[in-house]
Amino acid sequence: MSRRGKTPGASERARGQAATSAERLQRLLALVPYVVSRKAVGLADTAAAFGLSERELVDDLNLLWCVELRNPDPYCPIDLSYEGGEIVVSQAETIGRPLRLAVDEASALLVALRMLADVPGLEDRSALSRLIVKLETAAGEAAGPSAQVAVQVDKPAGDHAIAQIRDALDRQRRVHLQYYVPGRDEATQRDVDPMRLLVVEGRTYLEGWCRRAEGVRLFRLDRVLGIDVLEIPATVPEDAQPVDVNQGLFRPSAEDVHVTIEVSADGRWVAEYYPCESVEELGDGWLRIRLRTPDTRWVRRLALRLGEDGRVIAPEDLRALIRDDATAALSAYASA
Amino acid sequence: MSRRKTERLLSLVVCLLSTRRYLTAEQIRQAVAGYPEQPEAFKRMFERDKEELRELGIPLETGSLSPLDGEDIGYRVQQQAYELPELRLEADEAAVLGIAARVWRHAELAGAAAGALLKLRAAGIDTDHPDAGADVRQGIEPLVHTTEPAFGPLWEAVRDGRPVTFAYRAAGRSEPQTRELEPWGVVNRHGRWYVAGRDRGRDAVRVFRLSRIEGDVRFSGPSGRVIVPDGTDVREVVRTWDSVPPRENTAVLRVRSGAGYGLRRYATGPADADTSPVPSAPVPAALAPSAPAGGWDTISVPYSDVGWFADHVASFGADVVVADPPDLRDAVIRKLKGVLA
Repeated sequence: MSRRGKTPGASERARGQAATSAERLQRLLALVPYVVSRKAVGLADTAAAFGLSERELVDDLNLLWCVELRNPDPYCPIDLSYEGGEIVVSQAETIGRPLRLAVDEASALLVALRMLADVPGLEDRSALSRLIVKLETAAGEAAGPSAQVAVQVDKPAGDHAIAQIRDALDRQRRVHLQYYVPGRDEATQRDVDPMRLLVVEGRTYLEGWCRRAEGVRLFRLDRVLGIDVLEIPATVPEDAQPVDVNQGLFRPSAEDVHVTIEVSADGRWVAEYYPCESVEELGDGWLRIRLRTPDTRWVRRLALRLGEDGRVIAPEDLRALIRDDATAALSAYASA
Repeated sequence: MSRRKTERLLSLVVCLLSTRRYLTAEQIRQAVAGYPEQPEAFKRMFERDKEELRELGIPLETGSLSPLDGEDIGYRVQQQAYELPELRLEADEAAVLGIAARVWRHAELAGAAAGALLKLRAAGIDTDHPDAGADVRQGIEPLVHTTEPAFGPLWEAVRDGRPVTFAYRAAGRSEPQTRELEPWGVVNRHGRWYVAGRDRGRDAVRVFRLSRIEGDVRFSGPSGRVIVPDGTDVREVVRTWDSVPPRENTAVLRVRSGAGYGLRRYATGPADADTSPVPSAPVPAALAPSAPAGGWDTISVPYSDVGWFADHVASFGADVVVADPPDLRDAVIRKLKGVLA
């Protein structure tokens, strides 16, 4: 078994190119067993399963039907029909079963499944462990390298929060949260109609309709100080859009303040920790970071944390506030 | 995309699968439509086609046709090596598979996950089963991102056992340094990717954060050169490297009422009361305001590193004042003076 088996990545497709011959071959080798394993399938369903238009699918089927080997005598190894919108493969020869999983393919699934085992509150644990064993067996040697990749999921402090959120999701009930907002150092109270439980970047979030903000919000579970499931039905507005996690969890808006901050080598972590618009090397390990935020309170707190390892350059009024913050904090020590 | 090329590759696969004996290149040329007559042109095209099949993970075997004549090379694909073994999933297993296949959809292995799912569907598995379990019903949605450009090459290096070199800027360093690594594995911890392995320059186990790798990751040796020591658990290697030292010190802090929640959460109790920890309570006792608005609470909070904890305390500004110990108090004052410097 080749260790090199590679799937054309999403990035390649994202460039807007048509499928390559190799990609199409891969699809054709899956299409035959897809039909064979189901005896007969509809054109429309199959097209949907493969992300094709019916016309593209018919073109694929014609191509398969046309395959001819010429030696010693010409013969057509594949026989199929799609009359009346139903595909039947009557002869599939040697390609009636799908190709084995490549290393990348087996790894993608196995790493994801082992990560799921870490997800707090997951219920179908027995299904999960059965599936992992089955896939490892089916993948054989290709499963090996997957042990060298791992995604660890943080355990939120209180398991009780998970249990209550799952209960609320299951019964579609509103929850009352006491929620810590570190950027403002506030413990806020809010009613939330739960939508789903997200595990992103190793952290667990409740996505829900926040009745206070009147919008979809994400709540990090390790910041939930307290939770009550209310005996009130959750009413998520129909036009509520789930957070697009594709671009990360940060969403810029037109009202954002543009902040420029410079950090020393010891403050470079800021560029890794916060979503930045631009990062510029200033020499000697210093960076100039530009970012935007709807609320600058956390930047003030960040500036105090950085001390001489950071300096806020713009906006001017934020600089003044930070100096005031530091002066006020120092005066507490002077008077104590 | 060329239809003729797809047809040729498909015929080649079927041809190689349907033979038990090794077929010579010439036999293949005669059987598969679409190859040129001219020998050099055929040879070039056939070489490229073989490479494409291998890239797709088709186990193309090369063997000699007769034991006496090693020159005469032939090709075949064994059915058993080609086929995905029989795989039957229960409805609950298929539902979990559906969740797993979505984990990478915004990340490097998205194509691989989609490819895997395609093959499993081709094996007769349906992931969108109507009576899926509670996890699917409740919309549990785990996601992984790989925004670090180093992830792709490092995964390939780990998969193929290849050593790599890259420029790395360690925390607090003003200049990056070149490192040569035998990578053992990549691990995501607290949402960040790390690579662990043997640093050749230092001849020691090292862990690197992918976001601190600058520029390209280059392969510095052929596949199969990296030997991961038996019993290595890369998760554990990264965990050990990243673990926080125990919080053996205790700070006594004065906290303005209604503020300092980021510290109150970890408080072991009021400084003047019995300091038995209350970590299991849903809401730590220190969160309940004990003083009227405008007043101050005194709490004690455990910490490990003075420098890190001083930074954290300083971020609360005038809402938190260190009463004890003196070295922490001095570190916070230095930090705040640094803001004004």
